[in-house]
Amino acid sequence: MGPNLLLNYGEAVAAILFCIGFTNLLLQTNLIKKIIGLNIMDSAIYFFLAQKGYIAGRTAPIVTDGVTSVEAYINPIPSGLVLTGIVVSVSVTALMLSLTIRLYIRYHSLDLDEIAAQLKREGR
Amino acid sequence: MDFVCNFPFFSILLSLFSGTICSILPGKAAKVVNRLVLIAVGTMSGILLLYLLGTGESFVYWMGHFPAPWGNEIRAGVLEAGMALFFCIIMYLSMAGGAHKLFDEVEESKHNLYYILINLLLSSLLALVYTNDMFTAYVFVEINTISACGLIMIRQVGRTIEAAVRYMIMSLLGSGLLLFGLCIMYDLTGHLLMSNIKESVALLMQNGDYQIPLIVSVALMCIGLCIKSALFPFHAWLPDAYGYSTVSSAAILSSLVSKGYIFLLIKMIYRVIGFDIFNNTRIIDVLFVFGLMGMIFGSLSAIKENDIRRMIAFSSVAQIGYIYMGFGMGTQAGMVASVFHILSHAATKSLLFIAAIGLTEVSGGSRKFIDLTGSGYRNKWSGVAFTAGSLSMVGVPLFSGFISKLLFAQAAVQVEGKMLAALIVLGISTVLNAVYFMKTVIRIYATTEDAPYPCMTFKDMKPYAVVLVFFIIVNVILGVSSQPIVNMIEQGLAMFA
Repeated sequence: MGPNLLLNYGEAVAAILFCIGFTNLLLQTNLIKKIIGLNIMDSAIYFFLAQKGYIAGRTAPIVTDGVTSVEAYINPIPSGLVLTGIVVSVSVTALMLSLTIRLYIRYHSLDLDEIAAQLKREGR
Repeated sequence: MDFVCNFPFFSILLSLFSGTICSILPGKAAKVVNRLVLIAVGTMSGILLLYLLGTGESFVYWMGHFPAPWGNEIRAGVLEAGMALFFCIIMYLSMAGGAHKLFDEVEESKHNLYYILINLLLSSLLALVYTNDMFTAYVFVEINTISACGLIMIRQVGRTIEAAVRYMIMSLLGSGLLLFGLCIMYDLTGHLLMSNIKESVALLMQNGDYQIPLIVSVALMCIGLCIKSALFPFHAWLPDAYGYSTVSSAAILSSLVSKGYIFLLIKMIYRVIGFDIFNNTRIIDVLFVFGLMGMIFGSLSAIKENDIRRMIAFSSVAQIGYIYMGFGMGTQAGMVASVFHILSHAATKSLLFIAAIGLTEVSGGSRKFIDLTGSGYRNKWSGVAFTAGSLSMVGVPLFSGFISKLLFAQAAVQVEGKMLAALIVLGISTVLNAVYFMKTVIRIYATTEDAPYPCMTFKDMKPYAVVLVFFIIVNVILGVSSQPIVNMIEQGLAMFA
């Protein structure tokens, strides 16, 4: 396992970042910190994909100087997946932020536990 | 290729585009568009189902006419078409049953937004059912989450916004895990189409390569989908989300949204990993244990609950537990029972939510049990429907719940080592179900002297009563003529392989 881990250090970093983001999203009580955690988590996955799509010594898959050989370029699909993923994560981040604003306007707090306590006091 | 083969593609696009059109229509017109789309998609799925039953084999539809490893694909078999048809029926009935209540719950200027969300939800459910590509599935999982979140928060009170935030957080955790598992799987196999991944996975298993990453990837995807479908320890968001959103939303969320994810998991088990490979992992034991725990703890929470909507929501946790228990058995029979339970639970839970709203209406809008006393007399149709739903949930013959419990018990008997646990928990869970559902039924038929609330007769609520009758009919059809449906499920699962 040791040599493999060193060889694939990029993936290991991605996995650690994913865990950091995941834990933040799960355990933070502050909503903004949760959203930051969400973004770390998603970025870690894109990092993983970008890492996997890169082949050393090749360039971005845009035809330059008339070179059409497959050997010259990296795999474009992971980059496409990253783009799609970014669109998704931007939209869910926007949705989460808008929900946060609504909660803040109502309860003047960003703390989810505090908001839950206020809701309980309201009793509805 | 016959013209009918275009129908899955048509139904996804039709519901997607009608959502866009609804944004510029006034609320009433959007409602009409929504109903028409549901009818059209339902009809197309019905025709497709008949066609597939006739030909007896599934087909793959190339999107944009690019062949297998490059293009995106749609795949339809008996199970997919049947699910799409069933989802349309339940969604139509849920929408029709909650329509009169929508005016109290949502501002009238926002009604068209509600129908956008419903159409979007329908299209993402259809895409989840039909797609043959894992990344497309992920994208539509997110669309499903976003529209479900919108359905929860469209009723703007503090509770629903908080519930929507909690729902989003849990869902995002789930989809993050799903995406990460998916990326590892892509990394290992180099494919995104389900059939190609399956071939590569079989090859990897044969050569014994990359066993640990493979299991990690499968486990991540499973946990992700379990979180999203509210399996037992991940259900904290569920009671608020189902309990305080609009009634149609609650019915649709409980009966369809979580089922969409479960259906994707079934597809993944059969078409991505391979049924036998999946059953040889320890993951099914984990699913089995959490399923059993969900069956008991969901029911215990429901017994403690003093609010009828939240009680029904907690009962969902128990029913999701049943479905995962079926997966955990690791046999074909267990899977058939699970798929049947998806149908049965969807039909029953939406009936219960819609019937409960009729009962609360004649109790001054209160959902507390003390106020619901005798409401079965004040609104006879809701009372009867709620009783029918309760009987089905408890598992009384004639109703769908009985058949799914029977199938689970039969499947459990065939599994060595898990039989005793499954049967005992099945028994306990049935008793617990009976405790809280029968308690409610007795409560709504208890006589009270002083009921200051008005009665509702058939004339006051014609469309609503008709919807209830249809719901009961769906339930009874599932319960009485279960054999053809079970055969269809078996045929559909065989087509997955």
